[in-house]
Amino acid sequence: MTTKLFGTKVPRVEDQRFLRGQGRYVDDLLTDDPRLLHAAVLRSPHAHARITDIDVADVLDVEGVLAVWTYDDLVDAMAQPLPLLIPHPTLTHGRTQYALAKDEVNYMGEAIAFVVAVDRYVAEDAVARIRVSYDQLPPVVGIAAARAADRLVHDDVPGNVGARMEQENGDARAAIADAPHTLRLELDVERSACTPMEGRGTVARWDPDTSRLTVWSSTQTSTGVRGCVAAKLGLDLAKVDVITPDVGGGFGVKINHPWPEELLVPLAAMTLGRPVKFTEDRREHFISSAHERAQVHHVEVGFDDDGRVLGLNVEFWHDHGAYTPYGLIVPIITSTQLLGPYKPANYRVVFESLYTNTVIVTPYRGAGRPQGCFVMERTMDAIAAYLGKDRTEVRSTNFIQPDEFPYEHGLVFQDGRPLTYDSGDYPASLEKLKTLVGWDEFEDFRAEMAAQGRRVGIGLACYVEGTGVGPYEGAHVHIETSGKVKVATGLTTQGQGHQTAFAQIVADTLGVRFEDVEITTGDTRKMPYAVGTFASRAAVMSGSAIHLASLRAREKALRIAAEALEAAEDDLEIVDGVVSVRGTDASIDLGTVAVLSNPLRYAFDEASKAATQFSVGDPGKPPVAEDDEPGLEGKDFYSPERSTFANGMHAVIVETDPDTAEITILKYAVVHDCGHLINPMIVEGQIQGGVAQGVGGALYERMEYDEAGQLLNASFMDFLMPYVTEVPTTIDIDHLETPSPLNPLGIKGAGEAGVIPSAAVFAAAIEDAERPYKPTLAITAMPISPSELFDLRLAHADVPAEAIAEETR
Amino acid sequence: MSEQLHDVRLHVNGSVHEVQVPARRLLSDALRHDCGLTGTHVGCEHGVCGACTVLVDGSPVRSCLMFAVSAVDAEITTVEGLTEADDTPEGRLSPVQQAFSDCHGLQCGFCTPGFLTTITAGLKENPDPTEDEAREMIAGNLCRCTGYQNIVKSVLRAAEIEQERS
Repeated sequence: MTTKLFGTKVPRVEDQRFLRGQGRYVDDLLTDDPRLLHAAVLRSPHAHARITDIDVADVLDVEGVLAVWTYDDLVDAMAQPLPLLIPHPTLTHGRTQYALAKDEVNYMGEAIAFVVAVDRYVAEDAVARIRVSYDQLPPVVGIAAARAADRLVHDDVPGNVGARMEQENGDARAAIADAPHTLRLELDVERSACTPMEGRGTVARWDPDTSRLTVWSSTQTSTGVRGCVAAKLGLDLAKVDVITPDVGGGFGVKINHPWPEELLVPLAAMTLGRPVKFTEDRREHFISSAHERAQVHHVEVGFDDDGRVLGLNVEFWHDHGAYTPYGLIVPIITSTQLLGPYKPANYRVVFESLYTNTVIVTPYRGAGRPQGCFVMERTMDAIAAYLGKDRTEVRSTNFIQPDEFPYEHGLVFQDGRPLTYDSGDYPASLEKLKTLVGWDEFEDFRAEMAAQGRRVGIGLACYVEGTGVGPYEGAHVHIETSGKVKVATGLTTQGQGHQTAFAQIVADTLGVRFEDVEITTGDTRKMPYAVGTFASRAAVMSGSAIHLASLRAREKALRIAAEALEAAEDDLEIVDGVVSVRGTDASIDLGTVAVLSNPLRYAFDEASKAATQFSVGDPGKPPVAEDDEPGLEGKDFYSPERSTFANGMHAVIVETDPDTAEITILKYAVVHDCGHLINPMIVEGQIQGGVAQGVGGALYERMEYDEAGQLLNASFMDFLMPYVTEVPTTIDIDHLETPSPLNPLGIKGAGEAGVIPSAAVFAAAIEDAERPYKPTLAITAMPISPSELFDLRLAHADVPAEAIAEETR
Repeated sequence: MSEQLHDVRLHVNGSVHEVQVPARRLLSDALRHDCGLTGTHVGCEHGVCGACTVLVDGSPVRSCLMFAVSAVDAEITTVEGLTEADDTPEGRLSPVQQAFSDCHGLQCGFCTPGFLTTITAGLKENPDPTEDEAREMIAGNLCRCTGYQNIVKSVLRAAEIEQERS
């Protein structure tokens, strides 16, 4: 590698089209096709009801309506429930919905009828004319109601319990019983959601001339959607192409599939013989796409005088909504990633995953880790407070040490593999964080502020994140005779800059110019074997696969070039797309090598003349050797034994208003270790975005369901997603790079990192700001609003004013 | 019953688009689906997110809160019209567009057109904003990817580029 782009802040190639308004998102497609039809969906206004009748008579008269479907119009596989994507032995009562509700609805927003019309306005008019009769059933809303189980979401699921899972390493209960000190905590996290700026959307076109179905979907997995569409519509896989165009953000919600519309749109396109589009609107996104986060946790911890955790016993209850299409991934991640950088001597975790009459739950950026981090870090803070120790000291005491990697936790992770950390240096990360945020100087600052009548607090939170989960990703690298390099990998892109970061890897590995590399993602025509973009896996999985495929293409290029240049392969180097013999003038362009790699019968230009059978080759041998194939290409797959574990630590300084309880962020610091950075600019962008999303989750965003299961804040007016005015003005970021030994580039995932510790770090800082005045106040539920903090203050006794004066003197 | 259509002449980015639309057609939909200018994105359809912001006679307007029939006689600028003419067919990025590229002010790109139009108008009014003023300028637009840090930087950088170019 002579041109080293890996590790540099290369500007993004995708920006050009986005900045010029030339991005192609799913709703932008086929806009100039006059045959394009538009779909709209009738959704349940009730959280729990039996459907007694659906009358569509008024709809068929509406001019411009071409189809109205209810469950009764679906046949064969389409009439079966949607797939349960990730089965698990403990998910004993998994349930999934139908593409259109059959007899019963279980959440407000569940799809009931599907209308196709000449435009969306007309389709919505038609939806409004469908008359549905319901028998309302009592709804189950929230974890307490689900646990009480005096009402059931599904009649055949006793106790509303979809799954109960337990894991234990050692004997936590015995260790706690024997420990010198013990504490109990109750910790809650509320519902929130990804809310990408672009909602879901699907376009499909059936081509009768070639008997092929093309589906464009705003998804995080093209191959997953393709498999589902083929299976549900009864098509051979080879007849279905799924293309993921530009995607306006995902954050997890678009990994779930197939959404009802992802099947109904292609079915309508085939049935009506015209292309069909569905674009979700904002309200639909709130009530029919997935949520996450809601969990209630009960913690028992036993520890020694140094704060060393001897036994940790965690029970928690996970609200998975009305159905379980994505299995138990979120609570499994909480139950394992809760451990963070620590090594409790004995650990037991048990969870129940519960049905409620609310929107389904699938992973949202962080995917159960924010809750786990909140639980563990609140526990660490409680231990420190109990022992009167510095919070960083208690954490240090419990850290896995750098010489203990690989560290085996004795648990099974979300990928079914042992939970084994590959690398990290937690003490070094903590030192960096303390310096970055000014931890040791904070008490002086607190006193200075207190003298002005201001309350400030500091908090920190540490996390470890399993990234780059399997099973695999692949890449195909094709060097064209022009010297241009076309690369395809199957996972999708939602703004992470894959076209840039992956091209950096190709340019370095192959020895070509960055500008000559073009990356395609999420197109099953170009790479039909792929998994998807989630769990901070794209860089690790596809980055590694692209590196390996580039090596294969390079190997072949060197072999052909060595023959052409009559030199040894070891003496060759490739720089800027030219293969040359080191120390001589002898060279050959990679484009020419590509010409030589493909023996031709027909010349179509000057370059191809050189490859015709009368020009090249040994007449005594076959033009393509038995163990070779034509073309200058490389293809490979990366399938790691297990996940790689990134980590980080955040600290925040907040100010809480003594009168109004308003919470202001004064300083936010991040230390992040994702191994080697491919493009530090992109990684920092991911962290900044994650922190902002975390601020939303900690201080503003929640799904407000009432007792009837009505979502009261299903709009951006009422769901308080942060504007620029709510996020920290600066975020100080420092990196540590402990490379992963599990992949050839030493990288770890970075996508979710920014959001994981937010609830924990804000809870810690707010509590720290309040404690000098309200010594018993504890932040045990997130998010927290100023009014909730105000109420908490009222519920706890003051410290006498003289004592504060004494303290701050 | 069939919906009454209105002949509407829209002036967008210096070109005239003759479209036939019902009275309830939103300007955002008319721009995207009738004029084929899909660079304007629709993020919420209730005027909160700002993704659909276009310039109407130079002022930022949420195109999801305006009917196409109300935009007759107005000069509309969308993201596609921000680039500056040079000797290339695609044109040169405007200072605001260039600043977003320089500062990594975008990730998925969906909200970006609304920020670009908003800032373009904002800098006309205040060509040399402070950091606080830059923040104020973009305080009505939502972005879920960037955390806004680099968008604020982009506003300040755009002002610099404007200076450098003039």
